[in-house]
Amino acid sequence: MNKASDQQKSGAQIKEKTVQQSLLNGPPQVINLGLASFADELTKQGTVVVHVDWSPPARGDVELANLLSKLNE
Amino acid sequence: MMTTSEKVGSNIRKANAEAIRRILEAKPVLIDVVPASEAIPALQEGMILHAGPPIDWGNMCGPMRGAVTGIAVFEGWATDLAEAEQLAESGAFSLNPNHDFGAVGPMTGMTTLSQPVLVVENRASGNHAFCTINEGLGKVMRFGGNDASVLKRLGWLRDTLGPALGVALRAGKGIELKPLVARGLTMGDEMHQRNLGCSSLLLRTLAPDLARTVDDRTALAEMLSFIGSNDQFFLNLAMALGKAIMDPVCDIDCSSVVTAMTRNGTDFGIRVSGLGDEWFTAPVEMPEGLYFPGFSADDANPDMGDSTIVETIGLGGFAMAAAPAVAGFVGAGTPSIAADFTRTMGEITLTQNPEWTIPALDYQGVPTGIDIRLVVETGITPTINTGIAHRKPGIGQVGAGVVKAPLACFELALKALATRLGVR
Repeated sequence: MNKASDQQKSGAQIKEKTVQQSLLNGPPQVINLGLASFADELTKQGTVVVHVDWSPPARGDVELANLLSKLNE
Repeated sequence: MMTTSEKVGSNIRKANAEAIRRILEAKPVLIDVVPASEAIPALQEGMILHAGPPIDWGNMCGPMRGAVTGIAVFEGWATDLAEAEQLAESGAFSLNPNHDFGAVGPMTGMTTLSQPVLVVENRASGNHAFCTINEGLGKVMRFGGNDASVLKRLGWLRDTLGPALGVALRAGKGIELKPLVARGLTMGDEMHQRNLGCSSLLLRTLAPDLARTVDDRTALAEMLSFIGSNDQFFLNLAMALGKAIMDPVCDIDCSSVVTAMTRNGTDFGIRVSGLGDEWFTAPVEMPEGLYFPGFSADDANPDMGDSTIVETIGLGGFAMAAAPAVAGFVGAGTPSIAADFTRTMGEITLTQNPEWTIPALDYQGVPTGIDIRLVVETGITPTINTGIAHRKPGIGQVGAGVVKAPLACFELALKALATRLGVR
């Protein structure tokens, strides 16, 4: 039981290490949420960016967001 | 009154489904042209219906004041503009929104006793909606014009064209309007700032009955020329069509669908189905657009008119993809980005209208059923294509542009709906 668990843990560590190496060794690939200007700046520098046009519900107005939540349920 | 938010959401969805059903199943038909006094029996001497939510004389903008004084002279309530202004200041006229009387009017939206109005019958619901006849371009009362040439044209509409159109229409079975709009969308119209296709189709439909019923050939030629030379002739009919479609949607408990958007040059107002005839208003915004030679943004009046009823039913700015030429005309950008406006309006609407489709979007239907919840959630407000009036009375149109509905109207309505439904 302990041996299998150790093997699983070891496998996860290896995978995590591989991901870290991949992130550090290759060029960054970015998903940008919200402000488009961040994506624009990275694009100008040659970075691959997928921009997601997102803003908080009701522009961040807490009262309206809560009302929306109740009216949408 | 709801007791749980879960039930509120469910009831809103059901109510909105009913609102959409009524919108899509409407059958608007142009059946007549009659004096406004006949169409709207509540109209009295001294009563002036105007565009937008309620407003008193003191808060009216320049072109609206110009139109009020002009129409008072036209109706014989004052001998000249100066006397009309004195009477208006003294409160002699009863000023009321068109929307409260089943009517709509472009820009200043003047509707009074003797003016002829187009009568549109919604044969799915049995209600009627009214709008005056489009005056053409240039110096006209809807843009605040009020000189002798403006009043003379109104007199011709009252005494000649209006009665002739009424006789011609009564000789037929009425003109179904939804198929006309469907064809107009394929001909580059969006029914607010471009009505060339539908105006031409309407003239083609009306001309035979006019020819059969008007004996005076000179008068007939003048009528055909007037309609044929006015690319925006169909606008007023599109507005009455919109009003006829949306009025039966005005009383659905719990619905968050917008039933009217309108502006009086000072305030922008909306109505919401589940909130009946209550207005939710905010200061109207300035259009951004292009100006005729000799004019600039310094001359412009804030946005006005009941014509936003066409956006309320998914046309105008919502159907920009059908009318790429309009994007350039109103200064919204290049024709190639016209589709973006329509796609964005899809973010704040509940469905598409399968009868009104846009070729450039692979025959997607126009975005239909503005939901105040979606407007508030996304912060995206309705895009409106509009004409721009000079801010001073008596001058007229100076350009065309695009304006956004103010978000505050929708936020106020959302809070009111939440209060009505017991979750606030």
